Amino acid sequence: MRRGRFTGYWLMLPAGLWLALFFVIPFYSLLATSLFDPEGSVLTGYSVDYRFANFVDALQQFWEPLVRSLWYAAVATAICLVLGYVLAYAIAFKAGRWRTLLLVLVIAPFFTSFLVRTLSWKLILADDGFVVDTLQFLQLLGDDGRLLATPVAVIAGLVYNFLPFMVLPLYASLEKIDGRLIEAAGDLYASPTRGFLKVTLPLSKPGVVAGTLLTFIPAAGDYINAALLGSPNQRMVGNVIQNLFTSTGDYAAAGALSVILMVIIVALVMLYIRTAGTEELV
Amino acid sequence: MSGLQRAGRWIGEHLVLAAGLLVLVYMFVPIAVVMLMSFNDNSESRNVYAFRDFTWSNWANPCRPDGMCEAVVRSIEIGLLATLVATLLGSLAAFALVRHDFIGRSVANTVIFLPMASPEIVMGSSLLALFVAGGFGGRLGFVTIFIAHVMFCLSFVIVTVKARLSGLDQNLEQAAMDLYASEWTTFWRVTFPLVFPGVAAAALLSFSLSFDDFIITNLNAGQSVTFPMFVWGVAQRGIPMQVNVVGTVMFLISLFLVVGNMLVTRKKVAA
Repeated sequence: MRRGRFTGYWLMLPAGLWLALFFVIPFYSLLATSLFDPEGSVLTGYSVDYRFANFVDALQQFWEPLVRSLWYAAVATAICLVLGYVLAYAIAFKAGRWRTLLLVLVIAPFFTSFLVRTLSWKLILADDGFVVDTLQFLQLLGDDGRLLATPVAVIAGLVYNFLPFMVLPLYASLEKIDGRLIEAAGDLYASPTRGFLKVTLPLSKPGVVAGTLLTFIPAAGDYINAALLGSPNQRMVGNVIQNLFTSTGDYAAAGALSVILMVIIVALVMLYIRTAGTEELV
Repeated sequence: MSGLQRAGRWIGEHLVLAAGLLVLVYMFVPIAVVMLMSFNDNSESRNVYAFRDFTWSNWANPCRPDGMCEAVVRSIEIGLLATLVATLLGSLAAFALVRHDFIGRSVANTVIFLPMASPEIVMGSSLLALFVAGGFGGRLGFVTIFIAHVMFCLSFVIVTVKARLSGLDQNLEQAAMDLYASEWTTFWRVTFPLVFPGVAAAALLSFSLSFDDFIITNLNAGQSVTFPMFVWGVAQRGIPMQVNVVGTVMFLISLFLVVGNMLVTRKKVAA
């Protein structure tokens, strides 16, 4: 095909500009905001005075929700990995001609509003609801025990909301595995368990890495589950940032906390990718 | 093989499938609850978290809660506009990335990946910081929401269209050109119809991302209220059951569109 030398640039330009203006440059604005003098306000204007103490203040004041976010996200990601692996494995190897239908069902929860779905968990886990009653009957929960406003409810919500992000990449990498390799393991007298551990699991590693990242990152920044299913005791860092921006109007602290969250996540992701030793993410 | 081993294998085969289906059930319980609650008559009670009586009235008067339908309409407007722009710009970019070589291509690929891997709260607050720094802090609203939505939809559009485009057999276009079709004709008669399912899927994805977004929108919306923001607002006071009607309708429409897109694509492949 004949092509102009610059066609590629022209085609890329509009989307590239949009992302540069509204995705890349905003990070600089955020960084600038995090160095504001906290005495300013939206009305009087802020001055950037390279106040690095904002970071120290933010960490001192909000280390608890920050650590809690990372902890909840890690637990939710681990549970998602187990549930997601089972589901992805079943779809890839056991579903036969129902594969496509099951895949549609995996993304179907996205079809209705995230908030509406999370609110319906509030109903499912309600104090006089079916789940709490059953757990109380089985003596797994005290008579005045509850699920709402506990870490259990928040983590259950996170698991539920981000599970499809785990299942899809896992399925994509499981589906690519050559079935003959697993058969070969069996022919060489490996038990199914051993075959799974030595063949299937290592071959699905890119899916595991992509899935855990796509689950952990949004979960760590989420505040909807903590706000709707938890209490102030389950406050996550997202709740704090959004409050500082919209209610308190403390832009300097909110900016500093956002930068800290981003830096921690980028560091964890890089460490994780290096440890897992995979580069075929992008 | 001993009987015990065989029994173990049988359980293994079916256990995985059964467990997988259980996980799917877990994913669908909340949707079933949303559908059920759309028929709940809670006009008598303040406890919105229990099913009281069956009624059609939520479906008959979906717009009764103050401001809800306005919020839905605003979300649809923003969703359509953002989808149109993001799908157009994103598809062009996907062509550039798959079909053309240019300096900065790998940088572009990385920048496109990043919005999908950044926490929404960070993207939302960055954008707010930009708008405030640019003097738009008092004028947040429809336009700023639109800008934000196009931004986060772009990556998903580019990735979706790219996947379709890179799986496309270039020999077909070569053949059209060999038969003296102009570049323009080749594009519209061969390339575009082949890429279209990818573009359609990208548009569907964009619209549902935009319609459903809360975290980024809430930070950049000013006084405008989208449907998720409406739900957030009433969640503290007690949710009108009509919210579940909107949830159910959304679910059914998207299911219909996605299954439709899939069937059409499959038919084309078979033909």
